[in-house]
Amino acid sequence: MRADDLDEDSSAWLRRLSATGGERQEAERDLHARLVRIALAEVRRRSASTPVAGPELDDVAHQAAGDAMLAILAKLTDFRGESRFTTWAYRFVILEVSSKLGRHYWRNPPVRLDAAQWERLPDRLGIDPARHAESAGILAEVRRVVDDELTAHQRRVFVAIVVDGIPLDALAAKLGLGRNAIYKVIFDARRKIRRALVANGYLEEPGVEQR
Amino acid sequence: MTEQGRLERFLRTDPRDVGCDEAMAVLHVYVDLVAAGQDAAGHYPGVAVHLLACGPCGEDFAGLLQGVTDDPAGRG
Repeated sequence: MRADDLDEDSSAWLRRLSATGGERQEAERDLHARLVRIALAEVRRRSASTPVAGPELDDVAHQAAGDAMLAILAKLTDFRGESRFTTWAYRFVILEVSSKLGRHYWRNPPVRLDAAQWERLPDRLGIDPARHAESAGILAEVRRVVDDELTAHQRRVFVAIVVDGIPLDALAAKLGLGRNAIYKVIFDARRKIRRALVANGYLEEPGVEQR
Repeated sequence: MTEQGRLERFLRTDPRDVGCDEAMAVLHVYVDLVAAGQDAAGHYPGVAVHLLACGPCGEDFAGLLQGVTDDPAGRG
């Protein structure tokens, strides 16, 4: 895409970041300041859902902004004008925040890997405590399917994410896998469990299955 | 919703779900459409399905949308 096909603001960012000397340095300072602001807002928005807290949370934000800045400058020629430049750039810092919060989770994890807290499953699924007893049968069948029909890898990932409530990005960091790989395992496990529950008469709806 | 319905909803999978990599690759485009009040889900139905099903990607979407809508530079 040519610079004059872009919106005015995006075109200006590209021109300034591609310049030399003082103009480029000023543009980099401006962009970095924006990334820091976005990162700080994002870690605060997520503060209730992460064990990372206090100064460590601000450190995550500043590290995310710094790493995003490097990635943006390295990939500047990849920007194709499909969105505003700032939206494209802010995506880098949001994804960096996610990734770093996942890694920092293990510094003080509220749940260890492989804890297998099956008694917490009803709460994880949002089942009313007053109705735990009546859902006990179907949840026992879920556990049986997890134990008997999932592969060892599927079982470990399902238990970590669904039973123990470990954040997906934290598990991805722990296992050295990408987010998509973990999501796919959970996706396949959900489908497998559902099929077993239907086959054994616990669920009736056909649902959406084919893929 | 019944307890069985809650479990059914959790276990239900949608074949339109594009997965995390594909959704994140166009997240900036999707967010700009949403911020502009356009039909992002209509343009990217598989992304819309994924963002509802995947907690982490949904969080990234919410964070990026908030970032661009709160941007003091505005959305010209």
